[in-house]
Amino acid sequence: MNKEIAIIGAGMHPWGKFGKNFVEYGVAAARAALTDAGIHWRDVQFVSGAATMRCGYPGYVAGATFCQALGWQGAEVNTSYAACASGSQALAAARAKILAGECEVALVIGADTTPKGFLAPQKGERPDDPDWVRFRLGITNPTYFALYARRRMALYGDTQADFALVKVKNSENGFENPNARYRKKFTAEDVAASAALADPLRLMDVCAVSDGGAALIVCSLEYAKKIGKADAPRIAAISTVTPTFASASVEMPDLANDSAVAAEAFRFRAALPKKAYEEAGIGPQDVSIAEVYDLSTALELDWYEDLQFCARGDAAKLVRDGVTRIGGRLPVNTSGGLACFGEAVPAQALAQVCELTWQLRGQAGARQVAGAKVGITANQGLFGHGSSVIVKK
Amino acid sequence: MSATSEKARVPVLDGWFSAEGKEPHLIGSRCEACGTYYFPKLTTFCRNPDCNSEKFVEVPLSRTGKLWSYTNAAYKPPEPYIASEPFEPFGIAAVELDKERMVVLGQLVKGVNLADLKVGMAMELVIDVLSEDETAAKTTWKWKPAGGQA
Repeated sequence: MNKEIAIIGAGMHPWGKFGKNFVEYGVAAARAALTDAGIHWRDVQFVSGAATMRCGYPGYVAGATFCQALGWQGAEVNTSYAACASGSQALAAARAKILAGECEVALVIGADTTPKGFLAPQKGERPDDPDWVRFRLGITNPTYFALYARRRMALYGDTQADFALVKVKNSENGFENPNARYRKKFTAEDVAASAALADPLRLMDVCAVSDGGAALIVCSLEYAKKIGKADAPRIAAISTVTPTFASASVEMPDLANDSAVAAEAFRFRAALPKKAYEEAGIGPQDVSIAEVYDLSTALELDWYEDLQFCARGDAAKLVRDGVTRIGGRLPVNTSGGLACFGEAVPAQALAQVCELTWQLRGQAGARQVAGAKVGITANQGLFGHGSSVIVKK
Repeated sequence: MSATSEKARVPVLDGWFSAEGKEPHLIGSRCEACGTYYFPKLTTFCRNPDCNSEKFVEVPLSRTGKLWSYTNAAYKPPEPYIASEPFEPFGIAAVELDKERMVVLGQLVKGVNLADLKVGMAMELVIDVLSEDETAAKTTWKWKPAGGQA
């Protein structure tokens, strides 16, 4: 049985800090995706929304909120929440519905409006919530990124200059992306001169939080053929696996990892693409491009290894040698990545798939990677959530 | 005598760490069936997917370990963190406990210079002040280089 579905529409509202209601970004993205697909809103039979937790009740029921804003037309609806992987989980729900033959065409959509500064937990005295506890002790998101970065430096000899190269590369890519929030080419000197945030990371090593919206129109291969889009890029895999006990690394929001006394320790980040490769029946050698979750510059290097693009410890060499630049053998974050977008949680995993879609269609303009055939995404969020999606021509 | 020592010292989290004293330690639990350690302590259901145990014994965790990684907070964290005014950056360590085969995060004691730290070095746990108001000082566990290193 063919388990693939087609992507016939991709749309985004540019990322930024606009202070508008998240629904506006989502609807703009959905309308762009519908126009791109060349279908009418009434043709959509299933709407799968990625929830936002900081925009009140309408955010908890994002799927229905977007349906109402686009005009109730009787589609079935779903809302998914999986932290940073919410978009992928919403996409997986749409794929399941399509492959089960319960609908032909679906809209998958995510959007967010973010507060200024650090992401903080809900108010109150709540010692039973690990997210509250770590903030009470002064341990924020950059703490984790910095601990991983320092560990790379100690184990593999990576330097702050290597991390800066990731930012320089991504800023070159984002400069050419009209949907990116930061469109400026930064130099290694700019990164080095930015304020210390969490040693060894500087402010420009860590991504911001942003407003934004992304949407996809996905459908059965038969439907794509019927409307003359038999050549549309296909989704070959969606991995949303949970970690396997015992987790090898301390992950947000925990203060300790699992004790590996009774069970072997597993790397969660490596498990996500591994499942995607298995599902698609391909390997890292088949990949043309990747969109990875560069919450920090150093974390992008971790992903190279977790995606099996190189042996553990060799990632810095890939960025030093220009392998992951556009024009290199395996371009990573051609969109500009989180470095140029900032994180809009429920939209981010979908934005990654939008970029792969445009690249595989040859519509990425100045960012275009010649001959891109297979793309993979990777992302990870709080509480054991993460995803990896493979799109192919 | 400093102002801090005159105030009541209250743990910021109940039951997470021992009283102050000669050999302070974190309070964890160990599954009676498979031996897995937990911090914070777990008393309900073992999280090892191959273990159905609901029996745990409260145990002191190793109070020394090896430095797994380290960083600092150069920017003031948001609430519920209670920052001193003006804000002073503080160090943070991740320490690997050998017997428990787990890594535990915590602040570094004041005065530790990050440049003197090295991944793999021996660290030990102390109880120290996290924040204070007019009447009380809230305490937490912190890490420091063992045996007066660094």
